[in-house]
Amino acid sequence: MATSEVTTAGSGGRARKKAGTLYRGDIGMWSWVAHRITGVATFLFLFVHVLDTALVRVSPNTYDSVIDTYKTPLVNLMELGLVAAVLYHALNGIRVMLVDFWSKGAKYQRPMLWAIIVIWVVVLIPSAYFMLRHNVEKIFGA
Amino acid sequence: MTTTPSELAAPRTQRRPAARRSNFELYSWLFMRLSGLVLIILVLGHLLIMNILDGGVHRINFAFVAGRWSSPFWQFWDLAMLWLAELHGTNGLRTVINDYARKETTRFWLKMLLYASAVLIIALGSFVIFTFDPNISN
Ligand code: HEM
Repeated sequence: MATSEVTTAGSGGRARKKAGTLYRGDIGMWSWVAHRITGVATFLFLFVHVLDTALVRVSPNTYDSVIDTYKTPLVNLMELGLVAAVLYHALNGIRVMLVDFWSKGAKYQRPMLWAIIVIWVVVLIPSAYFMLRHNVEKIFGA
Repeated sequence: MTTTPSELAAPRTQRRPAARRSNFELYSWLFMRLSGLVLIILVLGHLLIMNILDGGVHRINFAFVAGRWSSPFWQFWDLAMLWLAELHGTNGLRTVINDYARKETTRFWLKMLLYASAVLIIALGSFVIFTFDPNISN
């Protein structure tokens, strides 16, 4: 399954000669590397997240005190990182499915990558605003 | 004397014995795509509600969870998300382990650890959703 993008990554790509780089292929490979890293990171977070949510079976106070750490500036910033990672993984997952199932998918894999990067940025900007607003106001006293 | 084309046997690949072939990897490939499709709604919706809308994480506490899980709709949402995300992620990590583990024993034990963690997370998460008690004492 991991190869589905790699095999199509060359299509539409120009032949390049850049001596000295680790990999001389298409940016399609980097989209696959990012898909793998974001998938594994999300999986690790899910493990922690189910454990912390399970504290609702211990007591309201225990749960609330752990959830309060999620509201601190540093962890809040990491949540934005999680949202960014999951959003990329989801968008690129759609792209992988289109490459696999859409008859023109392999041909358009490269423009589809640019499209998802644009969507990713456009969605992340307002998300970052709403997620960080509270802590930014608290720190800078707006 | 020349050989006419019709005298040559048609080229063909050798047959593989059918009994030794398993479709597991095909189904697992398909599952990644089908679960991914459903997870787009479940996970992105979850992140939007919990982190972005209406104050995001700053309004989450025990009472907030109790309010949501009083509705069978959100109970089912969270249960489906738990199972699909954990199975999707476990199957994805199985591929990653297969790609990078070099020794057969390393590969075996990493996968056992992975499967054990998946069973723990699915069992614990389901238990919490099914037995949640809004009136639990502090
Ligand atoms: C939000 C919706 C999601 C979509 C659309 C999606 C889509 C996909 C697809 C299509 C693949 C297969 C890629 C391939 O065969 O090359 C994949 C792999 C993977 N996904 Fe997801 N996924 C989603 C959510 C998640 C979540 C929540 C997790 C973590 C629990 C996760 C973890 C993984 C992992 C670890 C892989 C394996 C990566 C690899 O083999 O390189 N995904 N995803």
